Amino acid sequence: MANRLFSGGQANASHYVIPFEAAAGEPIARIGGKCAGLAALASANAPVSPGFAITTEAFAEMMAVEGLGKEIGTILASLDVNDIRNEAKVSREIESAIIRRPIPPQIEKSIRAAYNHLCSDSMAEVGVAVRSSGTGEDLPDASFAGQGNTYLSVVGADSVVDKVRKCWASLYTARAISYRAKCGMGQLDAQMAVAVQMMVDARSAGVAMTLDPSNGDRSKIVIESTWGLGETLVSGEVTPDHFLIDKVMLIPIARRIAVKDHELVADSLNRSAMRRPVDEERRERSSLSDEELRAVALAAKMIERQFGCPQDIEWAIDEKRTESGGVVILQSRPETVWAKKKANQPPQTNYTRGVSGILDTLVAPLLAKKK
Amino acid sequence: MATSASSFPSPYELTSPAGSEGWRDIYPYYLIFNDKLRAEDEKKFWFCDSQHWPFPFKPFDVITVEFAVKCLSQYNTRHLIVPPANGLEARIHNGYLYLSPVPVEPEKIPARVPQFLARAGHYFQNWNALLENWNKKIRAVIAEMGAISFEKLPDVVPLDWVTSGRGLDNTQELLTNYDRSIQLCYTAWQYHFEFLNLGYAAYLDFFMFCKQHFPNMPDLAIAKMVQGVDVELFRPDDELKKLARLAVELGVADALAKGSVEEALAAVGKSPNGQKWLTEWKAAQQPWFNFTTGNGFYSSDKYWIEHLDIPLRFLRDYVKRVQQGEKIERPTAALIAERDRITKEYAELMNSEARPVFEEKLGLARVVFPYVENHNFYIEHWFMGTFWRKMRELSRLLKDVGFWSEPDDMFYFSRNEVRDVLFDYAMAWAAGTDPVGPKLLGEKIAARRKIIDALSSQPPQPALNEPPEVISEPFTIMLWGITTDTVKTWLKKTSGSKHLTGMAASPGMVEGIARIVRSADDLEKIMQGEILVATVTSPAWAPVFGKIKAAVTDIGGMMSHAAIVCREYGLPAVTATGSATTTIRNGQKLRVDGSKGEVTILE
Repeated sequence: MANRLFSGGQANASHYVIPFEAAAGEPIARIGGKCAGLAALASANAPVSPGFAITTEAFAEMMAVEGLGKEIGTILASLDVNDIRNEAKVSREIESAIIRRPIPPQIEKSIRAAYNHLCSDSMAEVGVAVRSSGTGEDLPDASFAGQGNTYLSVVGADSVVDKVRKCWASLYTARAISYRAKCGMGQLDAQMAVAVQMMVDARSAGVAMTLDPSNGDRSKIVIESTWGLGETLVSGEVTPDHFLIDKVMLIPIARRIAVKDHELVADSLNRSAMRRPVDEERRERSSLSDEELRAVALAAKMIERQFGCPQDIEWAIDEKRTESGGVVILQSRPETVWAKKKANQPPQTNYTRGVSGILDTLVAPLLAKKK
Repeated sequence: MATSASSFPSPYELTSPAGSEGWRDIYPYYLIFNDKLRAEDEKKFWFCDSQHWPFPFKPFDVITVEFAVKCLSQYNTRHLIVPPANGLEARIHNGYLYLSPVPVEPEKIPARVPQFLARAGHYFQNWNALLENWNKKIRAVIAEMGAISFEKLPDVVPLDWVTSGRGLDNTQELLTNYDRSIQLCYTAWQYHFEFLNLGYAAYLDFFMFCKQHFPNMPDLAIAKMVQGVDVELFRPDDELKKLARLAVELGVADALAKGSVEEALAAVGKSPNGQKWLTEWKAAQQPWFNFTTGNGFYSSDKYWIEHLDIPLRFLRDYVKRVQQGEKIERPTAALIAERDRITKEYAELMNSEARPVFEEKLGLARVVFPYVENHNFYIEHWFMGTFWRKMRELSRLLKDVGFWSEPDDMFYFSRNEVRDVLFDYAMAWAAGTDPVGPKLLGEKIAARRKIIDALSSQPPQPALNEPPEVISEPFTIMLWGITTDTVKTWLKKTSGSKHLTGMAASPGMVEGIARIVRSADDLEKIMQGEILVATVTSPAWAPVFGKIKAAVTDIGGMMSHAAIVCREYGLPAVTATGSATTTIRNGQKLRVDGSKGEVTILE
């Protein structure tokens, strides 16, 4: 099913670049958490958007260009972690040190080739999202992804290369530096992979959680959705539509349609993502049809089954795609809150059985208590 | 009638439709809201049972009201001693039936528990053996009913009755057969409830367990886990499908396609393989054509076996679909697979403590539920079909001897009045004179016909008086699907609303043209792709479900016929809207959302 999304065929894997569909099983140390997640989704037959990982080997070779690593070490030595302004200055200096240097030609060639390959099915150059893909605790995806280091609607090989460089530099944002300092991690041990993925023309997007986060009920899927790209929802800018779905039957149990006054849409002309008001007609309308809701829930259920634990999923609806009801899975990671608690404690454990159970039911039908 | 936000009207303040004056006199005195009972009756909450009696009933048809309500009640109150629930009080108002469950005083509940456990426990533990016995009992009742016949009184008592010293005349048999018919009907209705209350209780127990374990678990999921696939109630429809396929295979489809029943069967008979098909057609009729397009509660209900044009019409539709290469058979394997998948997935979501309880309760629900579905075939269809047929024979006999002018006029008299008519007949026959009835009854019949027609012009109130804050009476919930929420919806309903809500009985959303079906006679008007809007549907309507896009009903829960069949056909259904047939008009465009339980009138 997902294979159609990779209709471009196998891009040439190299040390530096690995297409997601060929990256299953690659260590996080090599392709970062973000790419590893996408590779796992692809191998689980989830409908993911095609793209490739730029490995940490590429990053390591970049660090060797004209003593870049060494220079960064020198700049970092001047760091005073208690001074925020100093951190920001250090970060800017490192970024310019990275940007000043040329990317080794064999790496740049690989990136360009992989990007061109993504475009080979289209009439024009395609828009891609370029994202950092951290390799470990030094840069947890959970708190960094989708924020500073995501570049949406990047078009053209030059721009892609430029954004890759920026992603590498994002290893040394003020926040990343201070995070590592706080955790006592070595600043120079950190490595960075990058994910380049075809932009999803998201008519709607959102998140899906394969349990009810309000009570840990694993028979439910909660879906939140808004118009356009999901970034507005993840960042909390808009109140999304909210759906509670029964996981077994895949039918909605409860829904709350929100007023969604603006949306973020991919704008290939301006080579960026554009924020705009939602037109009157769609504002108070559900951003998902019932069929799409079901398709998102089904995809979420399948991913949870593949990965063996409750998942927190980002998805989008791309109406141009006909497979999987237009659903594209952007990312999935294990749900963490209820995984730590003892989730899904049944509300009652003293079950009465047999005729006594029936008697209890007759005396106090639960339905009567409902609302 | 104006209703305040928190209360339904009092029956003592409701007006009756013009032309229905005197309606109270045609129903039993103990079923009427009486001024002497006002103080007590106004304190009680009454809901209309339009699920079983959607139209005003003739005096004779009150027999089903009385027997059904009384026999349901006796099992709670006197057989099983259901701790929190006695039976039902019944009232007829403006031609409709209103019921009020009789609670048990809280302090008396504990003492009833041991009795209930012993009695109900015995039934649950020996369900299948007792049910096998039930099957024998009910078949014997049906056979005896079928053997009864009513003969015109002869000129003289047969000679051999005289010479053998019999000492009895022909009225003896006439009166005995009538009395026996009423008794058999009473027996059948007692049997009807022998298992039903318990069956529903076990189902409700499983239902509540699921709801408790997975808050907001869809009713549909529970229904699908319990619902049987191999159900006798579906057999009549399955038989038609088999006959349709056979007709195509044997090459008699074209012969079958044209003309009246007689013409079509004659044409089939002349086809090379025609006799083979006719044998199967005949074989299917007993017992499966003892099947009504109504619900068995009315003397006017039509049964296939007496109106072969009805199954033939359905059969012709099926033949067409077979010829178009459609698979008309119920996808039983897929239904079973889906049921198993759902069960397995919910079971996997439970911990090791809950899972065995889930499985045990589901197991019991599955043991008892076939009865809940199948009893309908035995009582409402097979027995009542036979009973009504015999009563219609009697009515025709009495018409032939001059008591009335129309074949079914007898039903304008109560069962006890009919007994009097028979004795009028007997006395006059014995005296050698003319009975009195023929001179008097015509007027009475005309007046009563006018009353029933007038009552039928006005839909019922969904309920009367102030509802309890919470509906906790288990049988109201179980048998009628009436919950606190339902009552709230009824109270909110305003006329002229474009939006109806009900139970999300079968998922999916479609738009289409409404076709109101008030009785089986409207069924032929349904066009391909229309949306069926009915008070309640009957299993005998199954064949039209192949034509429609969706179903909307006034009444009925997740396990109602419309819901079950729509799920099988993958059609959206919204049940229990309360007022679809009175709000929606023929030809209006509707949007039916069976996932949310919403119906919108678009234009």
